[in-house]
Amino acid sequence: MTAPSPDRNTAGGGLKVRGLTTTFATPRGLATVVDGINLDVAPGEIVGLVGESGSGKSMTLRSIVRLVREPGKVSGQVEWQGRDLMAMREADLRKVRGAEIAMIFQEPMTALNPVLPVRLQIEENLSAHTTLDRRARRQRALELMNIVGIPAAERRLDEYPHQFSGGMRQRVMIAIALANSPKLLLADEPTTALDVTIQDQILKLILDLRDRFGMSVVFVTHDLGVVAATCDRMAVMYAGRIVETGTVAQVFAEPHHPYTRGLLGSVPRIGAERSMLLSIEGMPPGLIDLPDGCAFHPRCSFATDRCRAERPPLESFAAGREVACFHHQTVAAMAEAA
Amino acid sequence: MPLLGFIFRRVLQTIPTIAFILVVTFILVRLLPGDPASAMLGDRAIDADVQRINAKLGLDQPIPVQFLYFTKAVFTGDLGNSIGLKLPVIELIERRLPVTLMLTGMAALIALLVAVPLSFVAALNRGGAPDAIIRGTFQIGLSMPVFYVGLVLLTVFAAKLRWFPVGGYGQNFLDDLYHLFLPATTLALSLSAVLMRNLRAAIIGVVGADYVDFARAKGLRARVIMTRHVLRNALISTVTLFGLSIGTLLGGAVITETVFAIPGAGRLMIEAIYGRDYPVIQGLTIALALLVSFTFLLTDIVQAWLDPRVVR
Amino acid sequence: MSAGAVQIAPPAKRRRALPGTLVGAVIVLGASLAMAFFPSLFAPYDPTAFDYNAIMHGPSWAHPFGTDNFGRDMLSRVIHAYRIDMQIAVFATTGPFIFGTIVGALVGYVGGWVEAVFGRVVDAVITFPFLVLVIAIVSVLGPGLRNMYIAVGVVDWVFYARLVSAEVKIQRRLDYADAARGMGYGHMRIIFRHLLPNAITPAVVYLMTDMALAILLGSSLGYLGLGAQPPAAEWGVLIADGKNFMTTAWWVSVFPGIAIVITGLGFSLAGDALADLLRVNR
Repeated sequence: MTAPSPDRNTAGGGLKVRGLTTTFATPRGLATVVDGINLDVAPGEIVGLVGESGSGKSMTLRSIVRLVREPGKVSGQVEWQGRDLMAMREADLRKVRGAEIAMIFQEPMTALNPVLPVRLQIEENLSAHTTLDRRARRQRALELMNIVGIPAAERRLDEYPHQFSGGMRQRVMIAIALANSPKLLLADEPTTALDVTIQDQILKLILDLRDRFGMSVVFVTHDLGVVAATCDRMAVMYAGRIVETGTVAQVFAEPHHPYTRGLLGSVPRIGAERSMLLSIEGMPPGLIDLPDGCAFHPRCSFATDRCRAERPPLESFAAGREVACFHHQTVAAMAEAA
Repeated sequence: MPLLGFIFRRVLQTIPTIAFILVVTFILVRLLPGDPASAMLGDRAIDADVQRINAKLGLDQPIPVQFLYFTKAVFTGDLGNSIGLKLPVIELIERRLPVTLMLTGMAALIALLVAVPLSFVAALNRGGAPDAIIRGTFQIGLSMPVFYVGLVLLTVFAAKLRWFPVGGYGQNFLDDLYHLFLPATTLALSLSAVLMRNLRAAIIGVVGADYVDFARAKGLRARVIMTRHVLRNALISTVTLFGLSIGTLLGGAVITETVFAIPGAGRLMIEAIYGRDYPVIQGLTIALALLVSFTFLLTDIVQAWLDPRVVR
Repeated sequence: MSAGAVQIAPPAKRRRALPGTLVGAVIVLGASLAMAFFPSLFAPYDPTAFDYNAIMHGPSWAHPFGTDNFGRDMLSRVIHAYRIDMQIAVFATTGPFIFGTIVGALVGYVGGWVEAVFGRVVDAVITFPFLVLVIAIVSVLGPGLRNMYIAVGVVDWVFYARLVSAEVKIQRRLDYADAARGMGYGHMRIIFRHLLPNAITPAVVYLMTDMALAILLGSSLGYLGLGAQPPAAEWGVLIADGKNFMTTAWWVSVFPGIAIVITGLGFSLAGDALADLLRVNR
């Protein structure tokens, strides 16, 4: 895996997210689920978005293509190949969704419509974005089923989602997402619902597709093992904010945020059961009344008065590396010592 | 083809239902005071006739044998003769039932045309003003007896405004539609209320589903998402309810036909009751129950077609 | 976090003081019962008194609902009709409710082939158009309220039995049912003291809907001349009395109809309120 050059120029090419914020008005106050996210994804790059459940990583993904339901409000800037998705008319955005930017969901059982045959669910994506005729669509659907490695594709196209196994269903979803050869794939925990061997197959498939089609991928997961196996760069999220970024190699070798350090500390050894994040004491905060200062301070052993009063900004400290922690040098030194 | 297997099994299931219908209608006539033959012949029966009928219907036989005779008669289309009209009951039903079918069919169509769009408006504005207005209106509609709705519509739109005929039946198909519009609307009101309530809840459930989000992520047009993904899934439970409502609809037709003086099976039923025409009552009860059980069969098949998970 | 749901700390336990539906239901049904029990307290006139000086008068201060073709005060007639119509609501449903609940509890508890047979009975009963069957039975037994109750009872219990049996079946599998069996309690005691109180909610909620339906049915039969017999004041009968004057004296038929609608809404509200209240207690 090659580390991308630190001063990548994403303009005109990839995805450039600036100040992405998603809020929900609730009876108990405003919940800021995504809080001023900045994120760059270069063409052909796989970026992992990591965090506990509830950290806002799935919502970040949905916010990028404005797939957030009422009463959610999305603001900020999402620049995709020079155009701002946030400022786009709904009709224009529709042409981007499913064509240039595709998305796959965590649970293929619920993300596939149970009453429609798989063929229709693939072909409708083609009808929406291409002028292919019926025959060409059938041909393409078959081709997609073969690309994602579903055996007996011709026959299985006419089956319904409940007739597929979990892994095959996820392949179907990927086939749907690939229909129009998207340039960016937003993958929302696509392997979480699968068992480990199937999970590896799906990850290999995504990597292979990236190589074949030069697709970028934003990969949301809480599983650092998956990140290590798949991603080029990663961004760690906590309570709706990004707290650390860097290449996977850099972050794994030298975590600068105490939260990242906790996450890495809980990566299971081979053979051990994956019990993620158990080593970080305490619970993630509620999103309505976040703690003052650094949102992580109640769970942080490095916390000082400054952390309790002031919110650390996400700042670059080395090429391609950012962290939001006042004490990141101490943290990194500790990690090295350990 | 798994659907064919499903249909076959479902058809088998109607056999006990039909048996039950026959038993109930058989018992119904035995409940009559006095012997059935006198009842069938009316008040001025003479003994010779009574005996002839008794022998003909096998009423001098034990009850189980009588039931077999009865069953055989029903299956050969022999429902006896009307006392008042002196005609075979089957002939009367053949003449009057199509009118009722047309009326209930129109009512069902109107109810769907009203309920589907309105339940979308209500569901997509859940908690808002349109939702409250639509639900309130239909709750009132649900509390109104059919005869009352009919009477009010008849007075306002036929008698006062003269937009529609006061009653009766038409000369040709278009004229029928014109004549049946008010009665069908009357009949449609409570059905559309029932369908609306169910469909609104179903749409609210479906709109939140992952596959609707996924459909949006595919960049499909809103219309495609709403029809193919939302409506189709929401309709599955509504189809069953629609089938179950047919009985109520036919009951409503009895009243509507009376209010609007439409010569259908419902009005025949009421006339038969006033005239104590028991063979007609019995024959109509059988015919309408068979009609309902056929509708159940049909809606179950439609449901299985809409939802492939049912078939297995 | 899979779907578009936001994970926020669970909201404070819902505790509303009094649901609006309950207030509405109490007002409407309380007033209805009061008029049913003491119509003379509310009715300004004798509902049967003829007044040949006030035949078919429109609504006025003297006669808010107008008068009919005998000069009878329609407001008084509508109020006196509460007695019969509320009676229909209660009498037509109580029997089916009790019988259906008992049968449903037994069927749900025993399960097995009993349940299978019961399922077929339900399927068969619902194939008869309810109103058609009731009309057929009433026509055989003769018109009148008592025969209407019998006719309704023959069919209506099925709906309660179906609701209760489904619910008992669920309750039977829960821990406390095992505990009761472990204590060596008899079947009847387990069914009626332990399972039924937890399983009866849907049936009670349906009872409210059913009472509204009973009034609709009772007034329909009254309108057709098969239910309450004139000169008894019953809303369906009153509407039938006025139907020939709809174009000239609309008030004779319209006001009794409004009484039906309001009472029906009252029962619907009561059903919603009960569903709310009983669900909270679960």
